[in-house]
Amino acid sequence: MADPRIIIVGAGPAGTRAAEVLVAAGLRPTVVDEGSRSGGQIYRRPPPNFTRSHDALYGTEAAKARAVHAAFDALGDRITYRPETLAWAIKDDRLHALKGSRSEALAYDALLLAPGATDRVMPLPGWTRPGCYSLGAAQIALKAQGCAIGERVVFLGTGPLLYLVAYQYMRAGHAPAAVLDTSSYGQQLSGLALMAARPGQLLKGVRLLRALRRGGVPVLRNVEPLEVLGDAHGVDGVRFRDADGSERRLACTAVGMGYHLRAESQLADLAGCEFRFDPAVQQWLPQTDAMGRSSRANVYLAGDGARLLGADAAETAGRLAACAMLADLGHRQDARTVARLQRAMKRHARFAEGVARAFPWPHALAAELPDATLVCRCEAITAGELRASVTALGAPEVNRAKAFSRVGMGRCQGRFCGLASQEIVAAACKGRVEAAGRLRGQAPVKPLPIALLGEDGRG
Amino acid sequence: MTIDGACVEVLEGDTVLTALMMHRGFAGHSPFGDGRRAGFCMMGACQDCWVWTGEGDRLRACSSPIQDGMDIRTEAPKGLWPIPG
Repeated sequence: MADPRIIIVGAGPAGTRAAEVLVAAGLRPTVVDEGSRSGGQIYRRPPPNFTRSHDALYGTEAAKARAVHAAFDALGDRITYRPETLAWAIKDDRLHALKGSRSEALAYDALLLAPGATDRVMPLPGWTRPGCYSLGAAQIALKAQGCAIGERVVFLGTGPLLYLVAYQYMRAGHAPAAVLDTSSYGQQLSGLALMAARPGQLLKGVRLLRALRRGGVPVLRNVEPLEVLGDAHGVDGVRFRDADGSERRLACTAVGMGYHLRAESQLADLAGCEFRFDPAVQQWLPQTDAMGRSSRANVYLAGDGARLLGADAAETAGRLAACAMLADLGHRQDARTVARLQRAMKRHARFAEGVARAFPWPHALAAELPDATLVCRCEAITAGELRASVTALGAPEVNRAKAFSRVGMGRCQGRFCGLASQEIVAAACKGRVEAAGRLRGQAPVKPLPIALLGEDGRG
Repeated sequence: MTIDGACVEVLEGDTVLTALMMHRGFAGHSPFGDGRRAGFCMMGACQDCWVWTGEGDRLRACSSPIQDGMDIRTEAPKGLWPIPG
């Protein structure tokens, strides 16, 4: 195909490396980026007038951040870059993209989706209070705004990000009051053998834990979070059960919470891609082959939006998916390069399996949530109302429960309640979570202005 | 810029959400009456930090950089919403 129209959604590590490979093959992709500068969330760049160095901003990941930013910047005008642009729908091989109040339908011959991930969260009584943020938010506050989410912060949840953010706060002179991890020490040890697939990364984790201990940051494992305490004005503490089963309270003015990541998979859903349940991470993810081809002929997937393997794997996956697209467009690919990238992906997958084992999603907590807990932040729907949609109204799966209760129907489109609501519905049905199904993606994937202007400038 | 009518000093490069948290401690109110909200994800995903401008426009605070002379409101300006029929 001469001059194929190629669109990449996302300009994080996956989107950047994909664009680089396509440009090297002489093609000119359009990169649609919701951010105002490339980097994605993991390598998010501060506003242009901020002067802190890569080392100060990204710590141990500074070299990678610098490389990804430089790679994107080097593409210059060999790509069509559309920053501050929201990809909000996909239909009939057209991507609907919004900038400001103007939307355009961009036709494509091949589409590469690299939309990344958000925090996976488990609701908790009090989690809507001002001062309670996701772990990702706590990190963004530091990276992109140079501030902490509060004076005295407790980090709560599980996963590598829990410790990384705690460490970054400590380094920034804001040692957290405590790190509360729902995973046990035993679970963390059980992931070690698999995580050894990437010894350097594992060592970094060990060093980070040691630094937190030396810095005097209390790390408690095997905790059960019970409540974010406070009043209408904000947070003043957390209540939890410790490893011995005793209920405890800790004073703090802010909470950062998260349980590893959740794939941003709505666009793949709207493109008509098949999904499968991944038991290791307990999520429905779009299906791909070893190259990143989806079940749709001209749609390719890379990065955490497809498989939750982290930022390094996202770079590899971006390159691989671009190679697959090039091969399908009739460009010869070097078999050895592809084989090398695929071997790297296998190492990343093994490491990620170890992470999932070491820091499991505490799905059983969903069944324990008090009925009064707000599950859906957008529409203020409680766990009790969601359970009633199953027990009293007979919803057998999450989409029906959504229709009855409105959980997942709000403006975040189920990003922050979806996974927990699957667990709550599954527990109420006394079934497995995969049987509760997954919330289907709906356009628009984010809110649009009512006064939307079309391509012709009309509303 | 002003927040709920009060003049505040902010830093170039701050988001509207950062300005709100520094000076007001929250971003808005849950439309369902369950209290104040202040955003949650800071990456434009949770939609929990929509605020108003004095002209009645809506902004997502975490993804809007502040601009000189901005007039930000944590509640809808009077007379603008609901739109009189």
